[in-house]
Amino acid sequence: MSLSPLQLCLLFSSALFCVGLIGALARSNTILVLLGVELMLNAANINFIAFWRYGPAPSPATGVLFVIFAIAVAAAEAAVGLALVIAVYRHRRSIQLQDANSLKG
Amino acid sequence: MSLSASSLWLIPALPLLAAALTATLPRSRAGLAAAIAIGALALSFLLSCGALVTALAAPGEHLYSNFIWFDLGLGTVRLGWLLDPLTALMCTMVTFVGTLIFIFSSAYMHDDDRAKQFFCFLSLFAAAMLGLLVANSLLLLFICWELVGLASYLLIGFWFHKPSVAAAAKKAFITTRIGDIGFLLGLLWLNDATGSLLFYDGGKGVLETGALSALAAQTTFGGLAVSTAIGLLLFCGAIGKSGQFPLHVWLPDAMEGPTPVSALIHAATMVAAGVFLIARIFPLMEADKLLAAVPVHALSVVATIGAITALLGAFIAIAQNDLKRILAFSTVSQLGYMMLALGVGAPSAAIFHLLTHAFFKALLFLGAGSVIHAAHHEQDIRQLGGLSAKMKLTFATFAIGTMALVGVPLFFSGFWSKEAILHAAHGWQVSHFPFYAALLGVVLTAFYNTRLISEVFFGHGRSRSANHAHENSSVMTTPLVILAFFAIALGFLGAPAYPWIPAKLSGEAAVHGHSLFDGVGLMALSVVLVALGVGAGFALYGRKTRTSSTARDPLEQALPRVFAALAARLGFDELYTATVGRLNAALATFSDLLDRWVFDAVIRFLTRLGQFAGIVNRETDEDLLNGGFDATSQSLRSTGQAYSRAQSGDAHGYLRVIAAGFVLLLLAVLLGGVR
Repeated sequence: MSLSPLQLCLLFSSALFCVGLIGALARSNTILVLLGVELMLNAANINFIAFWRYGPAPSPATGVLFVIFAIAVAAAEAAVGLALVIAVYRHRRSIQLQDANSLKG
Repeated sequence: MSLSASSLWLIPALPLLAAALTATLPRSRAGLAAAIAIGALALSFLLSCGALVTALAAPGEHLYSNFIWFDLGLGTVRLGWLLDPLTALMCTMVTFVGTLIFIFSSAYMHDDDRAKQFFCFLSLFAAAMLGLLVANSLLLLFICWELVGLASYLLIGFWFHKPSVAAAAKKAFITTRIGDIGFLLGLLWLNDATGSLLFYDGGKGVLETGALSALAAQTTFGGLAVSTAIGLLLFCGAIGKSGQFPLHVWLPDAMEGPTPVSALIHAATMVAAGVFLIARIFPLMEADKLLAAVPVHALSVVATIGAITALLGAFIAIAQNDLKRILAFSTVSQLGYMMLALGVGAPSAAIFHLLTHAFFKALLFLGAGSVIHAAHHEQDIRQLGGLSAKMKLTFATFAIGTMALVGVPLFFSGFWSKEAILHAAHGWQVSHFPFYAALLGVVLTAFYNTRLISEVFFGHGRSRSANHAHENSSVMTTPLVILAFFAIALGFLGAPAYPWIPAKLSGEAAVHGHSLFDGVGLMALSVVLVALGVGAGFALYGRKTRTSSTARDPLEQALPRVFAALAARLGFDELYTATVGRLNAALATFSDLLDRWVFDAVIRFLTRLGQFAGIVNRETDEDLLNGGFDATSQSLRSTGQAYSRAQSGDAHGYLRVIAAGFVLLLLAVLLGGVR
């Protein structure tokens, strides 16, 4: 059985997503959880690129534009996330995710 | 000096101002209050003299000055001042006698710690009385009439802490009010029939020919002319105020008040207001004179009531033992004479008698006050006696007053005024009853006055207070002397030889001299009657004076049952208690029951109904409306709680749920197939 390049790309992105998901779920360090989330986001980006490159109706640069926007937004999000982590650390002297639970109902 | 009609209001205004001023003074300034009251009334006297000059310059004319009181819808209510010889003579008499009595009071009330209030009330009374005299409107007259009644109530009840005094004040007020109902009805009817209450108003007033002929021409129920009916209703007020039969019962009880009050209000001025009223509206009273078909003429009723009162008062006075009550019944009797004179169509004789009576009766009351003050408030004539030696000046003036009242010939005013009344009664065509009643009254008057003088002044003192009596200060005796002078002198202004007062009153400008011996037979008859009365009185009481205060009255020995009936005042009070009083009490009980069991029950039922509605309302509100809202909010709250429990705050938990959701979504897509 031979796989097309699109299928290969999708398999790769799925693996990357799973790695990110497992990381986000299993880790208790907030920074590593954020890392996991970034991996899942990049898996989605690879899907965009793959469907743009090998998709049925290639069109000029739609997938690339999408990805560039997503990366810009992810950068901003990472900045905000890290700032939040620092703020939480200053408060609680810890960046363990299970310690930051004061928003419970 | 003369005073025009438009400034006539000053005469009542001055005492009114004095009343207002004295009302604001502190209680300790009784002397100042007396000075203000006396000064204001003395000034009013001077003004009255000015008014008298103006009025006498034009006898028979009615000078008036009307003004608008207030506008009421389309109509206006107008009042006015009236100046004629009647007003001016009455004002002069009231202010003069009033001033003397005020002066007497300042000594008599000296020891009373409410003397300041006394002078306030006296001034109020004087203001109201003078307002009544100068009114040119029946409405204004009625207002002052009621104010006079109020002042009388306050003054009779001045020593109100004594129950009998409070009762007497109430009795006087309520009894006169009964008459005033008639007055008010007459007033309303008159206003309805003529559209005006002004006496004189340039041809439109109620006492002018236009209104009078219209009133006499209409007839009402029972065939009475309207003028007769209105006149009789107004006369009801005069019956109450002037102590006429059958409403005379309040006047003797009013003697519970301080003696100067009795002198001023219940002898000289207020009780004469009824006579004045009838004299004022005399044209209305005689408007039915020429009608032949009517069942009764207003003046005939007046004459009959007057004659009955004159006799009744004189009879009862015979058997009284209280010094002031004798004088009170004598006043009732003399007021009856005045009404009789009005009734037989001689208003000038009535007013002449009113004026002379005011002076000699005020003199007698002040004399009685002097005796009572000297004898430590002992006023039972059986306890007095022998005062002629101890109180020479009081005795002399009292004797002059008595002789004027009795009508001792030629030198005393009462003789001439009573003579004028007898003359008029003799000439009355309708009936001779008033004439014979008046003649009998002359004998009785002479009799009871001789008894009074003998008991009080002759013989020897029969109690310690009588034995220790001594003459009063000159503040009290001077008014007596002045009044005694006028009790003599006034007679000469109205004697048949020089009928100055009657001529001015009846509006004849020139004094035309009758012959002195005009009607000399009648005069001789009355002299004989006076002699008869005095002789009988002297024979019973004077020749052999009472030996002890408990000895039986000579008349009582001769006619015990008659005497007892007279002493009980012929049972009028008991009769009224048994009839009117009981009726009133029954009506009150009935009203009480009605109020308690009918009106109250309805109200209680309505309250219960309201209460029931309230309960229903509350139940509905709480159980239905509030219950629904409560259930809604309760379920909202529990839903919220459930959601808030899911909000654990654990970021891993959220992530796990998201992952599980993702996996489920993926499975659903894979197993369901892609569309």
